[in-house]
Amino acid sequence: MAYSNKVIDHYENPRNVGSFDKDDDTVATGMVGAPACGDVMKLQIKVNAAGIIEDAKFKTYGCGSAIASSSLVTEWVKGKSLDEAQQIKNTDIAQELALPPVKIHCSILAEDAIKAAIADYKQKHGG
Amino acid sequence: MNYFQLFNLPAKFDLDLTELGSRYLKLQKQFHPDQHSSGSERDKLLAVQQTANINDAYHSLKQPLMRAEHLLALRGLKISHEQRSFTDPVFLMQQMELREQLAEIEQSGDPDAVIDTIERQLQQQKKHLLQQLATALDSETAEQDQLAADLIRKLKFFFKLQQELELIEQQLQD
Repeated sequence: MAYSNKVIDHYENPRNVGSFDKDDDTVATGMVGAPACGDVMKLQIKVNAAGIIEDAKFKTYGCGSAIASSSLVTEWVKGKSLDEAQQIKNTDIAQELALPPVKIHCSILAEDAIKAAIADYKQKHGG
Repeated sequence: MNYFQLFNLPAKFDLDLTELGSRYLKLQKQFHPDQHSSGSERDKLLAVQQTANINDAYHSLKQPLMRAEHLLALRGLKISHEQRSFTDPVFLMQQMELREQLAEIEQSGDPDAVIDTIERQLQQQKKHLLQQLATALDSETAEQDQLAADLIRKLKFFFKLQQELELIEQQLQD
C-alpha cells in the first residue's frame, strides 16, 4: 500500500514527539488504543490560564498512518482553545493525510486521543 | 454460521482441540471436491463452498481469540470489525511501558536476557487474561460477555506485543 507524501513526511519527521510531566497541573493526557492492530497512542496538551493549548506532544506505537495522524493533530491543536480543539474531526485528518479507507481507523484514534486529553483536562480542573 | 455446530461440538470456549482436529480432517475428506468430481456442477460447487466453510471454521476455532470472538458473535455481541478506540488509561499506560521496553532492547548490554524477561512477562499476562476470559465466557450472562469482549481487546494488544518481540528477536539474529 502506498502512503501519501504527507504521511511519509510526518512519519519521517514527526512533529512534537515526546512527553510532558503528567503530574503538571497545566498538562492533560489522552491515552487511546486500537485493539484490532494493537496501536497505542498518547497525546498530551499543555493549556495556559486563558484555556489555550500552548503546546502538545505525542507518542505513538503503531503504523505510519497512526504516527502521522497523531503528529498532525499536535500541530493543529497548538494555539487553539479547548472548544476549538474539540471540533477536530477524524475526517479532516484523513483528508489532510489522504488516508486510504483501510487506514481511516488511525485518524479515528487521533481524534479520540485529543478528545480524551481534553476530557482529562476538564476532569483535572473540575468540569 | 455456527462453527461449533459444523463440527458437532459444544459451543464452549474450553474446546478439545484434538477432537476438533480429527473432526476437521474427517469433514474435509467428506467434502473434498475430488470426492464430488462425478457429481453435477451444483454438487461440485457446493462441495467447494463447504470445504471453504470447514477451513474457515477450523482456523477460527483453533485460535483462542477468534474462538472467543465467534462465541460472542453467536450470542449477539459482534466485536471482530469494531473500530472503537480502547480507552482504559491504566491498561494503555502499561502497554506504552512495555512498548518502551521493547524499543530499548537493542541498546541493552544483554538483549537476549531482556527478551527473555519480557517474553516471560507477556506469557504470564496472556495466561492470566485467558483464564479470566474462560471464566467470563462460561457464565453466559450479558454482563460477563461484555467483560469477555474487553478481555479479548486487551489480549489483542498482548498478541501484538508478542509479534513485535518476535520481530525484534529475528532482527537481532540476522
